[in-house]
Amino acid sequence: MNKEYEILQSSKVSRASGFIAIFLIIFLFFAPWWAGRADIRLLSEIFLYLSLASLWNLLAGYCGLVSVGQQAFVGLGGYLLFALTIFSGFNPFAAILVSGILGALISLPVAFLIFRLRGAYFAIGTWVVAEVFRLSFAQIQSLGGGSGSSLPVGIVKSIASSKAMRESLTYWMILGLTVFILLSVYLILRSRRGIALIAIRDNELASQSLGINILRSKLFVYVVTAGLTTILGGLIFLQKLRISPDAAFNVNDWTAFVIFIVVIGGIGTIEGPIIGVLVFFILRETLADLGSIYLIMLGFVAIFVMIRAPKGIWGFVSSKYNIELFPLSRKLKEIKGE
Amino acid sequence: MDWINSIIQGILVGGLYALFAAGLSLIFGVMRLVNIAHGDLIILSAFLGLTISTSLNLHPFISLIVVIPIMAIFGYVLQRGILNKTLGNDILPPLLVTFGLSIIIQNSLLEIYTADPQKMNAGVIEVASLSLPGGLSIGWYPLIMFVISVLIIGILQFIFYKTALGRAFRATSDDQEIAQLMGLSKNHIFGLAMAISMVVVTIAGIFLGVRTSFDPAAGPSRLIFGFEAVIIGGLGNLWGTLIGGIILGVSQNIGAKINPGWQILAGHIAFIIVLAFRPKGLFHRIDG
Amino acid sequence: MPNKVLETKNLNAYYGDFQALFEVSIDLFEGEIIAIIGANGAGKSTFMRSVTGLIDRIDNEINYKGLSIKGLRADEIAKKGLAMVPEGRKLFPSLSVEENLLIGGQIKRLGPWKLNTVYELFPDLYDKRNIPSNLLSGGQQQMAAIGRALMSNPDVILFDEISLGLAPIIIKSIYQNLPKVIQKGMSAIIVEQDISKALEISDRVYCLQEGRIALFGESKQLTRQEISKAYFGI
Repeated sequence: MNKEYEILQSSKVSRASGFIAIFLIIFLFFAPWWAGRADIRLLSEIFLYLSLASLWNLLAGYCGLVSVGQQAFVGLGGYLLFALTIFSGFNPFAAILVSGILGALISLPVAFLIFRLRGAYFAIGTWVVAEVFRLSFAQIQSLGGGSGSSLPVGIVKSIASSKAMRESLTYWMILGLTVFILLSVYLILRSRRGIALIAIRDNELASQSLGINILRSKLFVYVVTAGLTTILGGLIFLQKLRISPDAAFNVNDWTAFVIFIVVIGGIGTIEGPIIGVLVFFILRETLADLGSIYLIMLGFVAIFVMIRAPKGIWGFVSSKYNIELFPLSRKLKEIKGE
Repeated sequence: MDWINSIIQGILVGGLYALFAAGLSLIFGVMRLVNIAHGDLIILSAFLGLTISTSLNLHPFISLIVVIPIMAIFGYVLQRGILNKTLGNDILPPLLVTFGLSIIIQNSLLEIYTADPQKMNAGVIEVASLSLPGGLSIGWYPLIMFVISVLIIGILQFIFYKTALGRAFRATSDDQEIAQLMGLSKNHIFGLAMAISMVVVTIAGIFLGVRTSFDPAAGPSRLIFGFEAVIIGGLGNLWGTLIGGIILGVSQNIGAKINPGWQILAGHIAFIIVLAFRPKGLFHRIDG
Repeated sequence: MPNKVLETKNLNAYYGDFQALFEVSIDLFEGEIIAIIGANGAGKSTFMRSVTGLIDRIDNEINYKGLSIKGLRADEIAKKGLAMVPEGRKLFPSLSVEENLLIGGQIKRLGPWKLNTVYELFPDLYDKRNIPSNLLSGGQQQMAAIGRALMSNPDVILFDEISLGLAPIIIKSIYQNLPKVIQKGMSAIIVEQDISKALEISDRVYCLQEGRIALFGESKQLTRQEISKAYFGI
């Protein structure tokens, strides 16, 4: 019996979802023409959370680096935007890009420290780092100390003369970055390094014995994630135009919500954060008036999902119907057999 | 003289930090669970103590008689009802479930008590102090708090190493499967460990609530202080944890002496220095 | 005919989707010693783990003294009087020798075994009672593991890979002590790789091959030829 096989990494569903994604991106690109200002703000926020969630999912779901301190880099990005534009006269968009590089560089010594902690202790270690950042920035009096400061009008005006144009530009930056981040996460996971990461997640001992360098792969992802999260932080506070240590390094806004999105959508899947972010915003837009009751409900939902369906909504759907929108696994197809 | 005074204050508050840490350390030692909601449980017991002592008109310390059993039972039920289901090879479920629990506790407290800071009143003991030669004066309250903290760590040490329950804790920690073959119910043992952790949490919560004001969002920084004391002292060593708490308290007080804004930061920096140079802590015993 | 203390009926056991035991039916009578032999991976340890409640997914019945114990947790089964001396001894490393024995003894069943009777049987353990158990030699560890199982005064004692990894002289002394360990009225199942040792100690023997019973019978009546055929599958 001779059979020949072909290794497939795409399917009808995944090709279709690729086309739909392209159309969706084009459609969203034109949002400033068909959507109101409030909708643009909401869309921007959705994209920012989608990006944060995808990055956190890459860290926690694929590398086992469960960070509860990503707000360190969000806040850092915000503060670097303010510092670079106010003190060094950078254009805001240039400042955001430069801050991404700085964020990645700063994450190296941070990683040197916290990679000594394992598992849940790593998680709390990342939190301590975020607290150190928060307390340190609160000491910088020229950026308003503990009470924070606003972006000077001159700098805001330098982005674009009209308010509408400024908001559209920021929106396109956010949309572009989101597409870039989703694509990068996907490509990282499809690369040799990504395959190694998935192998590590599924069996650390076996991949160690196969000579996969775990530490280097994890460090790579940590640094890339830190840089991109810093850029996101810059964009978040370019939208807000005002920063304070408590808002910039807020564990609820930049980490807790992100974790809920990923857990509810499906941790360790590319599709999970997309589903999760939709569920999160639908819940928020309908229930946000409830205030802290809404957060209590989120907490219960997350616990319920973690115990009953640890792979989240997408994990449940994909195991039931065996589909992947962004295929990472390879399927064997018989092309000739006797 | 001021400096010596701040160092002494730091040592005394270090006892409280060691209590934050001891409960965390105990459950990590027995079941490798890191409870992200630990700090929120400390604040929860402070609020419970506040409600019970004001509504029944009891001294905060007397309210412990009521709050301790409530929290211990809550811990046991929480462990058996939810947390045991999350334990396994994957570290994500316990982490995320206790993170969810933390959000639930914080927001429930906010809903019930509002965001206003609260404080418990323990009467004259709070301001009474002991004058020492050389112009030093030590508050009775911090001193009592320190002595009781040391005592509690001693009792935990005794339970862990000298009693049948402690033997069961250590056996289950070594090898859950074999412990079950010896007739130890893992779920029950873990429930008991969480109940004891909650007893320590409650005492820490009441001490904290008398010492300073607290609000529903105060939990996470208590978790972090406890965590730092554990790592500075070294995993699995309760006396090490006490030293870790003292180092943290002293660093914070020295930082505050230099610049009031540096108090908490100085503690974090002490932690980072230990992590950089002695990653396993000063008195390490078990691997994480 | 003495009473059946333990029986499995067509037992299937699984690790996830992998089936490790196929319709294994084994009986153990009161006062009897049976041996289970077979090559590596034949399912001997899986059988022991199934009986003691350590395998989550099993099909069909396991009865102990006429009552089903299927689905009970390991600690519940242990309390009914089934004790195991696990493969690789598995003493608790952070407990002293005596603490290990006391952990076994916290199942409070009536019987002859308590600290001093265990120490009488294994005097070496008495001298080492306060040292951490991971500092014992292999043979002493096996004695401590046996002592730990005895401390619960079990009715059935299971030995998984009783002599694996031990020096011949130690194995000899353990087998010499076995009659004192498995006292009147007690029953035992011994998993042993050494066929002649297994035949010598047991009343009956079961040979497993790839998760199935390939042969069983009275230890005195089976021939070498039959056994090697069942053992190696040739």
